[in-house]
Amino acid sequence: MSFLEVRDLHAGYGGTDILKGVSLSLEEGEIGVIAGPNGAGKSTTLKAVFGLLHVRAGSIVLDGGDITNRRPQDLVRAGMSFVPQEKNVFPSLTVLENLEMGAFVRDDDCAPMIERIFEFFPPLREKAHQPAGELSGGQRQMVAMGRALMTEPRLLLLDEPTAGLSPKYMSEIFEHVTAINRSGVTVLMVEQNARQALAIAHRGFILASGRNRHTGSGAELLADPEVARSFLGG
Amino acid sequence: MNEIVFFVNKVVVAGLVTGSVYAMGAVGVTLVFAILRFAHFAHGDLMTLGAFIAFVLTAAFPHAGAAVGLPTAFVMLPAAMALTALLAIWIDGRFYRPLRERGAKPVVLVMASVGVTLMIQGLLRLFAGTGTRSLFIDERKDIFRLELPFELARRKIVITEPQVLVILFAIAAALGLHWFLTRTRTGKAMRAMSDNPDLARLSGIDTRHVVRTTWIIAGGLAAAAGTLLSLDVALKPDMSFNILLPIFAAAIVGGVGQPYGAIAGGFLVGFAEVLSVFNWAILLRPLRPYLEGIVDLPARLAFVPTEYKLTVPFVILVAVLVWRPTGIFRGKVI
Amino acid sequence: MTIHRRRILLFALLAALYGAVFGLFGAAYGLRMSVEALCYALIALGLTIQWGYAGLFNAGVMGFVAVGAFMTVLISFPPNEAFWNSDMPARLGQVALYAAAGIGLTWAASRLDGIGLPRRLRTLVTVMTGAAAWLVVSATLDPVARDIERQAGFIGGLGLPVLLGWAAGGAAAGAVAWFVGRICLGLRSDYLAIATLGIAEIIKALLKNADWLTKGTLTVSPLPWPVPTPEQAGFVWARASYLALMAALVVVAWALLERAWRAPWGRMMRAIRDNEVAAAAMGKNVNRRRLEIFVLGSVLMGAGGAALVTFTRIFDPAGFLPLNHTFLIWVMIILGGAGSNLGAVFGALFVYVVWVMSEPAALLLFDAVREAGRDWFGWHAPADLDSRALQARVFVIGLTITLVLRYAPAGLFPERASTRPPAPSGNRKG
Repeated sequence: MSFLEVRDLHAGYGGTDILKGVSLSLEEGEIGVIAGPNGAGKSTTLKAVFGLLHVRAGSIVLDGGDITNRRPQDLVRAGMSFVPQEKNVFPSLTVLENLEMGAFVRDDDCAPMIERIFEFFPPLREKAHQPAGELSGGQRQMVAMGRALMTEPRLLLLDEPTAGLSPKYMSEIFEHVTAINRSGVTVLMVEQNARQALAIAHRGFILASGRNRHTGSGAELLADPEVARSFLGG
Repeated sequence: MNEIVFFVNKVVVAGLVTGSVYAMGAVGVTLVFAILRFAHFAHGDLMTLGAFIAFVLTAAFPHAGAAVGLPTAFVMLPAAMALTALLAIWIDGRFYRPLRERGAKPVVLVMASVGVTLMIQGLLRLFAGTGTRSLFIDERKDIFRLELPFELARRKIVITEPQVLVILFAIAAALGLHWFLTRTRTGKAMRAMSDNPDLARLSGIDTRHVVRTTWIIAGGLAAAAGTLLSLDVALKPDMSFNILLPIFAAAIVGGVGQPYGAIAGGFLVGFAEVLSVFNWAILLRPLRPYLEGIVDLPARLAFVPTEYKLTVPFVILVAVLVWRPTGIFRGKVI
Repeated sequence: MTIHRRRILLFALLAALYGAVFGLFGAAYGLRMSVEALCYALIALGLTIQWGYAGLFNAGVMGFVAVGAFMTVLISFPPNEAFWNSDMPARLGQVALYAAAGIGLTWAASRLDGIGLPRRLRTLVTVMTGAAAWLVVSATLDPVARDIERQAGFIGGLGLPVLLGWAAGGAAAGAVAWFVGRICLGLRSDYLAIATLGIAEIIKALLKNADWLTKGTLTVSPLPWPVPTPEQAGFVWARASYLALMAALVVVAWALLERAWRAPWGRMMRAIRDNEVAAAAMGKNVNRRRLEIFVLGSVLMGAGGAALVTFTRIFDPAGFLPLNHTFLIWVMIILGGAGSNLGAVFGALFVYVVWVMSEPAALLLFDAVREAGRDWFGWHAPADLDSRALQARVFVIGLTITLVLRYAPAGLFPERASTRPPAPSGNRKG
C-alpha cells in the first residue's frame, strides 16, 4: 500500500467530469510530478486530492486512511498542505503574518518553525515585516511555500509552482522543492515545465484528456522517446 | 469670540459625537463586508436593538449608575453589547448561513438582511411602541459647561456627559480594534480571510470561528453606537433606518472592507453633515458692521437646510462611487 | 402536478380570496382593493424585470413610485390661478435658468482637464463651481418659494390629461433611474441597493419639504381621474371603470414584456443573466443592457405609482413608506418568482389582498389578546396597542421574505426548465 493512493478518480466542476479515471500512487518521501498538455486535468487532480472539488467516483487514500471528499481544513490537520497556483499569499499581511497563518492549526509556539522557514528561504528574513503583496513573484512563491510548510506537512501539494516566474527563479524553486523533499516531505507537484520537473521526480504521471497516458519514474519518462515527442517538445 | 465657541459647540463637538457613532457602526458594516461579502442592511436595527436592550437593563437596574457615577445605561453597556453580539451570531446562523451554504449570491444575502431588519423593526415596535424614550431613567444628564479664559467669550463650551463618553469610547474601540487585528491570532485570521477566503480555508483557518468573531465585533460595536447615540439624543425606533445610509456611506468612503477606513469615513461623514447644516451666517456676524450697505447678510446661510440633512451622506456616497469607488483606503469594489 | 395545473389552481385560489372579500365587505370596498392591487401589479412588473432579468437590487422602489405620483400631480392637477396670475412663474423661470447655467458651468468645469488643467485642480474647480452655483440657486429660490407658499399655496398643476400625467410619471422615474444607474451599475449590486435606498429617502424628503412644489404635508387633493369620478358615477361604477383601465394596462404591459422576453432582445438578456462573463466576452455591452432594464422597470414603477396615487385622490408625500412602497413589493415578486411576469402579477394581487386583510385581522387578534389578557391575567394593555398591532405586519413581511428566500427561492411561478439557468456549479465546502 503506497503512502498516497489515488484510484480511478472521476471528478469535475459541476455537471461534466474532467477526470475520467485518473490513478496515481506515491511512496513516502518521493516527489511525484503530474504533467501533460493544457486541459489534461492536472490541477483538477490536485484539487480533488485536497478536497477542493467533489469526487464523483474513485478513492483517495493517504497512509491507509480514506480522505476522499474530506474538507480542506480537516486535511491540513491530517498532515497535508496545498499551495495554489494563483492568489497563494495574503497580500495585505506581512510575510511574518502569512507564515503565522500557515501555522493556524498548530497549538504550539510557531516561532521555531518560522525560524526554520527563514533559514530555508533566506531572502524572506529581511522582508519579514513587508506586506506579501509588495514582493516580487519569486519571493511571493517562497512565502506561499513557507506558509504551507508551517504545519510540517507529510504531503505537500504544489500547483504549478513555477508559473509566471523567470528562469532564474524557476531553477531556485526546483532546488527548494528538492531540499524540502530531502527533509522528509512527500511532494506531489503539477508542472508545466515537465522536463525540469521530471528531472527531480521519483514518479511521473502524464495525463491527457482526463486520463493517465504515461506513468513511470522521472528518469524513465524523460528517456521515453514517445513521451518526449508528444509532451516534452521533442 | 462667541462665534468661535458657537462653532466649536455646533461643529467640533457635534462632529466628533456624530463621527464617533458613525465610525463604530461603519466598522461593523465594513467587517461584515470583508468577511461575509455582503451589505448588512440590518445593521441599523442591530444598533437600535442594542440600545433597547440597554434600555431594558437600565430600567431593571436603575441605580447601578449612581453607584459608579456614570449613567446607568453606560454601566449596562457591556452586557448590552454581549447580548447583541450573541443575537447577531444567532441571526447569522438562522438566516444568513443557510443561504451562504447554498451558494447564494451576495445580493440574496442583502435581501435576507432586509427581511431581518423588518423583523427586528416589527418586533421592537410591537413590544416597545413607536414613541421616543430617554435612556435616563431616574437620572439627570450631566452637562459640562466649560468656561473659556478669554474675556470676550461669554458663551461656554457645552458638552454633555454622554457626548464625552461616546468620544472616549470610540477612541478606545479604535485602539482595541487595532490591537485585536494586529496582535491576536483571530484578528490576523480575520484579515487573512478578508484578503483571500479560499487561501484561508486552505491554510486550515477555522472560517466559522472567524465569522463568529466578526459578528461579535459587529454586534458589540453596533450596540455601543446605538446606546451611546440614544444616550445623547433619545431612543427612537426610527433610528435604524435613518442611520443606515450614513453608516454605509462611511464604510464605502473609507474603502469597503477596511476597518481603519471605516473609522475615518465615519468621522468624515459626521463632520460633513454638521458642516453642511451649520449656519455660517453666525460666523460672519462680527463682520456685519464692515459689510453694512455693501451686502445684506442673510439670517441663515447653510449649504443644506436641516430637513435635508440626509442628503449629505448620500451626496458623499454618490461622489465616492463616481470618482473613487474603492474609497480612501482602497477597499474591495466588486 | 403539472405547471399549468398549479397555475390554474393558484389563480383559482386568488379568485376565491377576492370573492370572499367582495362578499364580506361589499362591491365598493372590493373594487377599491382590486384597483390598488392592479396598480401594485404594474409596479411589481417593473421590479421583477429589474431583479429577474438583470439581477438588480432596487431598494428604493418607493422613490420611483413617489416621483411618478408627483409628476402626475404636476401634469394633471388643475392650474393654480393665484400662481399663474402673478410674477412668480417668471421668477421661478429665472431660478430655473440660473440652475441650468449652474449645471452647465459645472459640467464645463469638469471638462477643463481637456484643455490641460491638472486633474486635481480641475476637480477642485468643479467642486467649487458646483458649490457656488448651488448657493446662488438656493439663495434665489428661497424668496420665490416662500412667496409662492404664502400667496398661492403651491404652484399647482398644468391641467393636462391624466393619462399624460401617468406617462410623464413613468418618464420621470425612468430619468431618475438613468442617472442612478449610470453611476452605480457596473459596481457591485450592494451599492445599487444602498444608492437606491438613499435616493428614495431624498426624493421623499424633497417632496415632503418643498411646500411650494407639492404643498408638502398639507397634501394635494382631490386628484383628477382618467375615468368618471365617484362623484360623477357613484363608487361602484367609477371604481369599476378604473379597474377596467388598470386591468387593460397591466395586461398590455405583461403582454409586451412577454413578447420582449421571447424575442432576440430577451434571449440576449437571459444570456447575460445566466453567464455574464461569456456574454461580455462575446461583445455584449452588459452594463448598457442592465441600464436599459433598470430604466424600463423604473418607468413601470413610475406609471404604477402615478396610477396608485391618482386613485387614492390625495398626494401626501409623508404617506410614502419604505415598508408599503418598497418592501411589500419585494415580497410580491419574491413570492411570485423573480423574473416571472405572471408571477409578479400574481404575487402582487395575492400579497395585496393578504396585506389589506391583515389590518382588520391584526386588530381583531390583538383585541382578543387584550380581552384574554385582561380576563385571565388582569393585564392592562398599553393604550397604543392598536397601532402596535399594525407593526406586527412589519414583522410578518420580514419573516415572509426570509422564509421564501430560504425555502422557496424560485417563488411560486418558477421559470420553466427551458429558460432556467443551468444548475449551480462550484463546491462550497466548510
